[in-house]
Amino acid sequence: MDVAIVNYNAGNIYSVDYALKRLGITPVVTGDPELLGKADKVIFPGVGEASTTMAYLKEHKLDQVITGLKQPVLGICLGMQLMCRFSEEGAVDCLNIFDTDVRLFVPEKHEDKVPHMGWNTLTDVKDGLFSPELENRFVYFVHSYYVPVHASTAATSHYILPFSAALQKDNFYATQFHPEKSGSVGEVILRNFLNL
Amino acid sequence: MLAKRIIPCLDIKDGKTVKGINFVNFRDAGDPVELGAQYSREGADELVYLDITASHEGRKTFTELVKKVAAHINIPFTVGGGIYELQDVERLLNAGADKVSINSAAIQNPELIEQVARHFGSQVCVVAIDANLENGNWRCYLNGGRIPTDKYLLDWAKEAEGRGAGEILFTSMTHDGVKEGYANEALATLADLLHIPVIASGGAGNMQHFRDTFVDGKSDAALAASVFHFGEIGINDLKQYLHREGVQVRR
Repeated sequence: MDVAIVNYNAGNIYSVDYALKRLGITPVVTGDPELLGKADKVIFPGVGEASTTMAYLKEHKLDQVITGLKQPVLGICLGMQLMCRFSEEGAVDCLNIFDTDVRLFVPEKHEDKVPHMGWNTLTDVKDGLFSPELENRFVYFVHSYYVPVHASTAATSHYILPFSAALQKDNFYATQFHPEKSGSVGEVILRNFLNL
Repeated sequence: MLAKRIIPCLDIKDGKTVKGINFVNFRDAGDPVELGAQYSREGADELVYLDITASHEGRKTFTELVKKVAAHINIPFTVGGGIYELQDVERLLNAGADKVSINSAAIQNPELIEQVARHFGSQVCVVAIDANLENGNWRCYLNGGRIPTDKYLLDWAKEAEGRGAGEILFTSMTHDGVKEGYANEALATLADLLHIPVIASGGAGNMQHFRDTFVDGKSDAALAASVFHFGEIGINDLKQYLHREGVQVRR
């Protein structure tokens, strides 16, 4: 199977690369539209800031490439947020695959620290990336912005308020958490994506 | 609900794990990758690898080790020791570390915290503070607790947060090695003062000490070394215990 990782100025590309190699897949890390277009699966990772990353994607025409992909695509963390309509981080229009805005967590009490960092549970998991046994299992999050629960929400998590831990619409899948850092649960989710 | 984190710390010299270790359960206890993988399988939530090598050669060995850890281990890990400038941070993050822990260099050059936060984000920037209780005040120390400074825990932690630290790792030199529990009073004060997570370090001797630092010390995470290395506490047993005590942990 050909798996491509979208290469741009993201922080966790190599973590995703390593995670796939642990599953026996050697991905190609590329920003080449042709290679991305012909891959069986595409992963769109991301650690960084939304508006500067969107500017980079547009400059390299990767915005059109990603929205035009027909094979299963998995966005991770900032990758997921960039697949939404608009992000409050840098007040930037994004790829508009998922019809929702991305909002900044607003603490309600002193204990509500931002970023939301650490292990939290998946609830209301829907078929696709998730099998029923993943309900209430822990995955690893690091983020200050969140996607509200809406029609494309494929799994929910709770921090300050319920938010989208994962999204799905057509061939586009996305996780707010880092499956590549989520232990054996993360490996199940990555394998489910590879088996789509 | 966000889980409290258990973090084993591995001291590394010349690419090998130091500190005595209960060898029974490990195929190669001196191999930091294998030891980290074992802790991960037992349910550790994160790992810390601390480079205690001084030499330039040792630094290169440690960077190679970080690459191996990143390739083999599927949970987040932090690296510390020997980080003096932004290039050190970049080298370790590029090798695959998720976070870096900055200690002496942050005190000597506080702007380093801002640089790291600006270039890589606050989430990678752990500021480690070694402090000793002296006449009712927590004095901060440099170089693994050898050199006293004129900085004090609460002020310095607040300053580090303001400069962009993503987490504070507070090691109580007063409690470290004594095995009578963490510095929970100071930890709770830190938790009330700061808006970023606090990792407790120094003093773990039994399972109740972990419960106490999460409940009384309001810690977000607890780091320990010898109780895990010597096999005195199994991480899986610890998680079961904390769950029974009503502490939210990943199981």
